[in-house]
Amino acid sequence: MKVAYWPGCVSRGFTPELHGSMAKVAPLLDIEMVELDRAACCGAGVLAEHNQELADTLNARTFALAQQVDGADLMMNICSTCQGAQNECQERLDANTDYREHVNQTLASESLRYEKGVVNKHFLWLMVEEIGLDTVRSKVKRPLTDLRVGPFYGCYIVRPTDRLGISRDNPRDTYLHQLIDALGGTVVDYAGMYKCCGFPIITMNKEASLKQAGRHLGDAIDAEADCLVTPCPLCHLNLDLQQPGAERLAGRSLGMPVLHLPQLVGLAFGLEPKELGMSKHVVKPTSVIDWSTSVVGSVAA
Amino acid sequence: MPEYTLRIRRYSPESGEAAYWDDFTIDLDGHRSVLDGILQARDRQDGSIGIRCSCRAAICGSCGVRINGKPTLACHTHLDEAAETAPDGAIVVEPMGNMPVLKDLIVDMDAVHWKKIQRVTPWLIPDGDPPEREYIVPAESMIDVTQSMACIQCGACVSDCLSMEVDPLFVGPAALAKAYRFVGDPRDGQQYERLKDLSEDPHGIYDCTHCFNCIEACPKGVAPMSQIMRLRRIAGSDHEIEDRNNGHRHEKAFVRNIERNGLLHEADLLPDSYGGKFHPRAVPELLDSLPVILRALQRGKVTPPKALLHPHKAPKDVKRIFQQIHEKDDRYELNLYVVGYEDEEDAAGASQPDADAAGSHLPEERSPNA
Repeated sequence: MKVAYWPGCVSRGFTPELHGSMAKVAPLLDIEMVELDRAACCGAGVLAEHNQELADTLNARTFALAQQVDGADLMMNICSTCQGAQNECQERLDANTDYREHVNQTLASESLRYEKGVVNKHFLWLMVEEIGLDTVRSKVKRPLTDLRVGPFYGCYIVRPTDRLGISRDNPRDTYLHQLIDALGGTVVDYAGMYKCCGFPIITMNKEASLKQAGRHLGDAIDAEADCLVTPCPLCHLNLDLQQPGAERLAGRSLGMPVLHLPQLVGLAFGLEPKELGMSKHVVKPTSVIDWSTSVVGSVAA
Repeated sequence: MPEYTLRIRRYSPESGEAAYWDDFTIDLDGHRSVLDGILQARDRQDGSIGIRCSCRAAICGSCGVRINGKPTLACHTHLDEAAETAPDGAIVVEPMGNMPVLKDLIVDMDAVHWKKIQRVTPWLIPDGDPPEREYIVPAESMIDVTQSMACIQCGACVSDCLSMEVDPLFVGPAALAKAYRFVGDPRDGQQYERLKDLSEDPHGIYDCTHCFNCIEACPKGVAPMSQIMRLRRIAGSDHEIEDRNNGHRHEKAFVRNIERNGLLHEADLLPDSYGGKFHPRAVPELLDSLPVILRALQRGKVTPPKALLHPHKAPKDVKRIFQQIHEKDDRYELNLYVVGYEDEEDAAGASQPDADAAGSHLPEERSPNA
């Protein structure tokens, strides 16, 4: 399928391994990605906090650019924070024709126009709802047998449930669980699965921020997870890049590898840890790498 | 009559015993509330079950509990719906979080919730002498605060506030929503003082971590987090309050960063959030962050040229949008709680009659006060 691809900022900034691993995994799932390279940051909630109209206009522009991509079925992102921040803007834009027109006036000088109803899905939602887990399962070459994976959903992709379209028919708050299972891994439930990584307040209250990260990582260790997987690069910054700091505040040793979603998929599809950028992590995913090269190293026939 | 199992967390601090789970089978129609179920169990099986309740109609805010792990009002939750999300078939009822348990499902609201409400000076402080008769304000000037006035003080948002979980001193969602109720009131004369106080407090408005738990928890649509963002917006943009928590500086740095680069450039954001690379405040903060920066370099997440020598190349139209919107005299805000959602039929109009055919999986429109 062809998608208008919105990688976000952090996947091209401090977590380049996310953008890179997505590029490796996409062809294996027959996803053709047309990158929205002129679009601007979603605002991550901060632009909306500063000025709602500014955030709504920038995201309307991104949606309009996505709607211009010829033959694209929908817009795909790889960042929970983008998903949540963009959904919030889209909710306002779609709910009120006058407001949408008002915003479109600002876009007009660029000959852009946002039409209500863009479909914008995180790679996670796309795999479950568009590609289907049966197809994903059929591409698995190296099942994650015996790998105990803790899902870390974070906030922006699961709350508020009504805005994010989470319902009994679309239980998007269970998709990481379903995916880990489809890849052959073992899902590990732990207390912090749906909690905040703390990243948004890292510059304002570092202690409270890293205490959150440290607590969830510790809970995952207590639940005997081998690694975590997250659909959000901002969570990855606090859980991986900042893990040594979180360790100090948690007062215990952590050393919990945290994988980006496409990395976990890529491993199961038979890609090598190095080409998925796993050497760029601060907490080296040793348990995962040992597993993928020696424990269940054979590629299924 | 259908039967349901309620699994109630029991705890009595005076007993000296640990908390435990107690199962009760009740028989009530599915449309009856979990509170009705608890009261039946108390009437028929165990008179010692502790639950606080009064109106049974989601107005008094007394019966806040966690049902199947989520904070809500027991009187506002149908048994059949609760049974659907119940693990192992039993509806799990626990006391709310972030507050000490007094007995079973009763938490100490005085020790946490009400103390925090008092913290924000929850009454009107007008300038000058009071008028002879009532205050007269244009009706539309009060609309903006109606959302925060809908709060019934049930504590559901406090229960699951994730900042409060690690920082119990955080003023928290209910109290900050209450603060907005007065900050946004045209009769109040202390807007600046209130905002200055809550910005400078290390556990004030900049301690909220955007987790949306309070928005999800609130049975009345108050959206406390949105009220906190309004407080920040007015503190930062209208009063330019430079707080000691770097809250406003971070926001300014972020906005400027996107305006210049189009995309976020993290290497600039960190020093700029502390006031710039050479700001006295930045030096200790950056030294503290040095190990993180070095780790990022070491792992090849970022290279020095990319971090330091990148061009600022926001598309000119992005720059234009920033400029155009910043030049406006008034901020344009759309509060869906106030204006509501267009009906599907109206909205479908001519613009996109076949949204479903295009494979839309967007959330259904909701009524403003559902």
